[in-house]
Amino acid sequence: MPKPHASSCKTGSIMPTLPEATTLCARLAEMMRPHVTPLTALLGIRTGGAWIAERLHRDLGIKQPLGSIDISFYRDDFSQRGLAKGAKASQIPFDVEGAHIVIVDDVLYTGRTIRAAINELFDYGRPARVDLAVLVDRGGRELPMAATWCPHTLVLPASQTLVLEQEPVEGTLAFRIAEK
Amino acid sequence: MNMTGNPQLNGHGELQHLITLEGLPREIIAAILDTAEPFAEVAEREVKKVPLLRGKSVFNLFFENSTRTRTTFEIAAKRLSADVINLNINTSSASKGESLLDTVDNLAAMQADMFVVRHASSGAPYLIAQHLAATRQSHIHVINAGDGRHAHPTQGLLDMYTIRHYKKDFTKLTVAVVGDILHSRVARSQLHALHALGVPEIRVIAPKTLMPGGVAGMVGAGHLRVFHDMREGLKGVDVVMMLRLQNERMLGALLPSPQEYFKYYGLTPDKLALAKPDAIVMHPGPMNRGIEIDSAVADGSHSVILPQVTFGIAVRMAVMSMLAGN
Repeated sequence: MPKPHASSCKTGSIMPTLPEATTLCARLAEMMRPHVTPLTALLGIRTGGAWIAERLHRDLGIKQPLGSIDISFYRDDFSQRGLAKGAKASQIPFDVEGAHIVIVDDVLYTGRTIRAAINELFDYGRPARVDLAVLVDRGGRELPMAATWCPHTLVLPASQTLVLEQEPVEGTLAFRIAEK
Repeated sequence: MNMTGNPQLNGHGELQHLITLEGLPREIIAAILDTAEPFAEVAEREVKKVPLLRGKSVFNLFFENSTRTRTTFEIAAKRLSADVINLNINTSSASKGESLLDTVDNLAAMQADMFVVRHASSGAPYLIAQHLAATRQSHIHVINAGDGRHAHPTQGLLDMYTIRHYKKDFTKLTVAVVGDILHSRVARSQLHALHALGVPEIRVIAPKTLMPGGVAGMVGAGHLRVFHDMREGLKGVDVVMMLRLQNERMLGALLPSPQEYFKYYGLTPDKLALAKPDAIVMHPGPMNRGIEIDSAVADGSHSVILPQVTFGIAVRMAVMSMLAGN
């Protein structure tokens, strides 16, 4: 078990200081801005990634309609865990064929979610290019995946999950750590 | 092993087989309808397939003829990436003498993962599920695709999906089920599902000879209203669910003639005018035009008969993937 770094530690707690999600959203937008073209389309992975994609879509003035993807039907742990409850239809309102698509998610961890999203995306057509934008990379990759843009990295033990939550009234985003 | 008392559920209260909608909790029915929604979207993609049942073998065991049900089950399984094997077991193969359970054991030995069973005898799918449990093969799932007069649960579910699609809230509806209720497994599944989902007024409309005895108590006392006069029964309804007149199941003279049946129980534009102006008309197919339904209604603006077929694929995908994951 790695010792938590002193600067990322609250006094007397092993909890690392959690990044501020709204600030990270703004920083992510600035990282992406030079690369956005009129042909760039955003695809948020439900639910956390879709919330972030909504903000990026607005802040970056993206011309293509906003898409969201639900990977429930493409998960690689279906045979162990069954069908996820609350699956929703993916909404991809732009033509995937030949498009520049940025997949947006909240946390990059094992890479399995991204693999599922890419598999699903290719059932809609053959994009020209696919990038990945995430708020936080928490390490622990089990597949060879890397984010194109990521404003924050963090090391968490495997027993913890980093969860993005949206406050229902104001719509503000915040990270929380949950024990598995 | 099942400890819930419902042979369709596993020890965790999850759906293991789908045999009947009778006694199925409202939450499970609602979960199936919810799950079907994203599957409906899959049909609009470039690649109409998701990988959930990749590598699984689904056997369509049809001991009784069917085109639509078998085809929609086949499409549903294929859109889930399963391998589908269709067996039309007609009287000639039955005459070779293999029993139902021997057939099942042989297919299980071929590493079947799911059986979709249509049988003329009520209880055949349940018998198969029981046999699988007794022979420690409960990992194989059974879906009833229609057994005798007993049940046709996926038809009942796709009908509920259709109603919810057009009418949203079950708890404000008046629904009429019209026609040959005596012989209809579809009607039984519909009535159980309508009751479970909280439809406050369920009406059954049929001539006395095609109304089973004790129908009023079928879903618990006081929930069904029985009508023999179709015009009376259709007044103010939101949903008209027509049934097929099952000529092939008629033993003896239950009806004077098809023409007379059409006169009193055929859904014509003037009878439909008694229902609410935005009423929807459903039919499980295949239709007998001019016997239980007039072409002007079947092809008219109130008809949602073809959408029912489309929704049926999504609902069957939902059922198959939920069973396979439990």
